[in-house]
Amino acid sequence: MLKSMRVSALAAALMAATSLTAFAEVVYHRGNTADPETLDQHKTSTVYEAHILRDLYEGLVTYAADGQIIPGVAEDWTISDDGTVYTFTLRDNAKWSNGDPVVAGDFEYSLRRIMTPDTGAKYATVLYPIMNAEKVNKGEAKPEELGVKAVDDKTLEITLESPTPFFVDLLGHQTGLPVHPATVEEHGTDFVKAENFVSNGAYTLTEFVPNAHIKAVKNPHFHDAANVQVETIFYHPTEDRGAALRRFQAGELHTNNDAPTEQVDFMRENLGDQFRVAPYLGTYYYALNHEDENLAKPEVRQALSMAIDREFLADEIWGSTMVAGYSFVPPGIGNYGEPAYADYKDMSQIDREEKAADLLEAAGYGPDKPLKLTINYNTSENHKNTAVAIADMWSPLGVEVSLVNTDTKTHYAMLRDRQDFDVARAGWIGDYSDPQNFLFMVESDNTGFNYARYENPEYDALMDEAAATIDLEKRAGILKQAEEIFMRDLPFIPLMYYGSMNLVSDKVSGFEDNLLNIHPTRWISISE
Amino acid sequence: MHRYVLGRLLGAIPTLFLIVTMAFFLIRIAPGGPFDLERPLEAKVMENLNRIYHLDEPLWNQYLLYLKSIAQLDFGPSFYFRDFTINELFARSLPISMQLGLSALCLALVVGGTMGVFAALRQNRPPDYAVMAAATLGVTIPNFVVAPILTLILGVWLGWLPVGGWNGGAFVNVILPVVTLALPQVAVIARLTRGSMIEAMRSNHVRTARAYGLTSYMVIVVHALRGAILPVVSYLGPAAAALLTGSVVIETIFGIPGIGRYFVQGALNRDYTLVMGTVVIVACFVILFNLVVDLLYALLDPRVRYD
Repeated sequence: MLKSMRVSALAAALMAATSLTAFAEVVYHRGNTADPETLDQHKTSTVYEAHILRDLYEGLVTYAADGQIIPGVAEDWTISDDGTVYTFTLRDNAKWSNGDPVVAGDFEYSLRRIMTPDTGAKYATVLYPIMNAEKVNKGEAKPEELGVKAVDDKTLEITLESPTPFFVDLLGHQTGLPVHPATVEEHGTDFVKAENFVSNGAYTLTEFVPNAHIKAVKNPHFHDAANVQVETIFYHPTEDRGAALRRFQAGELHTNNDAPTEQVDFMRENLGDQFRVAPYLGTYYYALNHEDENLAKPEVRQALSMAIDREFLADEIWGSTMVAGYSFVPPGIGNYGEPAYADYKDMSQIDREEKAADLLEAAGYGPDKPLKLTINYNTSENHKNTAVAIADMWSPLGVEVSLVNTDTKTHYAMLRDRQDFDVARAGWIGDYSDPQNFLFMVESDNTGFNYARYENPEYDALMDEAAATIDLEKRAGILKQAEEIFMRDLPFIPLMYYGSMNLVSDKVSGFEDNLLNIHPTRWISISE
Repeated sequence: MHRYVLGRLLGAIPTLFLIVTMAFFLIRIAPGGPFDLERPLEAKVMENLNRIYHLDEPLWNQYLLYLKSIAQLDFGPSFYFRDFTINELFARSLPISMQLGLSALCLALVVGGTMGVFAALRQNRPPDYAVMAAATLGVTIPNFVVAPILTLILGVWLGWLPVGGWNGGAFVNVILPVVTLALPQVAVIARLTRGSMIEAMRSNHVRTARAYGLTSYMVIVVHALRGAILPVVSYLGPAAAALLTGSVVIETIFGIPGIGRYFVQGALNRDYTLVMGTVVIVACFVILFNLVVDLLYALLDPRVRYD
């Protein structure tokens, strides 16, 4: 009797526990490097905003767990023979969080909105391949003249200025996410407030407390809601990497998308597979001022590049969270092949240094006539250590380096205003997986990004030719030629390829490492 | 008394005006603007943004616009947190910083005051040395060292307290930040109280009180402590202003959405309105707390009266 009572009690307890688990809400505490400047997709410009917006909205295309572009609101699309007209067919079951259907007109409205000058979109340039986009953004054409047309509720037609083979990748960027027109019309810029918020992604916003958290809950109207495991997400801004690591260790964060570089050894030893480093679509480089008398000589630029021990920088200074970089376009990028590596990639460091000394001597520099350079970098312990190490590597060549450290705003204002400098630190994370997104930076008319003030008509011509080439294989070959010229002329000295660092709890599944470091919550599940 | 308070408050207006003017032009001298990013913006996009935020107008115009705006208690839009106005940001964060600061201040007063009295009554004996050694440690070890150690021990290893997050001001979330914020103040108050308490205990009026055969409690608490607390009260003005307007380090390490972080964020992001707003708020607090200290002084010391 007693035994049977015990068995019944046990069974009841088990059933209760099972049902509790079944009904327990899955809450995901997600560390995010910083608070977003805004949740208005048309005003954003940073990756930490993108992580949140990708959960809240779905564009015409979206990302799979492995970072690949997959259909989003558009279930498929066709491209005209000349590569300039894209016709998207929208899925029938796409809905906004208030139950409204997502229609082609929403995208027409959204794309016009981001290009309207009054919106003040920082990143409108991403969508400049759309016909008249640049003109509309510059106030030279009306928004109605933008090459976007809702043919009917389910069909959207986008016309481009010229063939852009990576255009679909561009639509995955946060700038391609739609707004709910009626909400924007009703609330203006306040449409981003939690009480007004309407989204079409897997989640919708319920709370935004700056410096504390952003809370999003599952959108029951999302077309794939049945497969979305996490019910509530808390995004915690984690500016202090050390504090974030402790919160992760204490189990308060399930993931964090950065980690303290100075504690890499500790994390490798103590966190095991929970500390993840993966290749990232970015290059850390030094821009060389081509208008500078000393750096105008190609031998000098080559010598400076050859003498740098990139393995030392990546492994010792950055704790193997970066990879030595011998090309500007990082390996693994889409629509390309192997990048154009520097020809001294496989030479030993000693041989490189000898060759560098010879090159510098040929250019007229040496211990008797030292080359004096200044390295400008923005405040960060690792940027500083990198600059000190490079100064030390250049020292045996007779290069005298002085270091100038300023905060990020001052550093980039200096580059923007084309002030005088010799060598300046910079980095670039690709917005989309295509070599054009790296190589376009040093086109001579790119006054914003071409910090080196590099001007080479041959390079520009190849970039133009690539832009007009629809055949992806042929285009890759042309871009490779451009990169070979880049590596010969060295407007920038590529130093390292970025690595992404993530802290991912053992309880989290569906968080797949990928080159774009994109991890939509839609694919993530958590076991407690 | 009312005239005195009113006079002091009205007298603060030119001071505030001067602070606002200096801060406005100083922040504009700093190189780089709110829209200078690692990825430079298209010239036209920059132009659009400058127009939206009136940055394309002459500096004097911008200054006058700002003055007009704060005269209406409108601190303007944030250049960085583009979904919020500065008023909205402060409305959320100031109460949190005040709650945190007030708790830390009370804790520092109670613990530091008690420690100081305790040490003074056992002058030059082991308890006195122990308290003073602890106080020296409290002053010399900075917050950014204490906070990680406490979170590591009490949060990560023992799992007793949350490591970070505000959680709407839940008691368990408040403990570590308050203790960390209070520690240096505890040390300062203990040292101040000890010094002035020793002096007070040697004063004639305390000797007289003793000679009258008053109880130790009456002598210490009523007669000695009342005089001994005056230097602490003087110290409280700036300390309270600093505590109540937030601590950058504590708020960043513990992930607390207070006003302190806006100081650094505002300056680094060249968020002009956010910097100006925090300057004005802190200035107001300093002026207000100095006034409160002066009034407390008058209450505690009969020799000082403002009527």
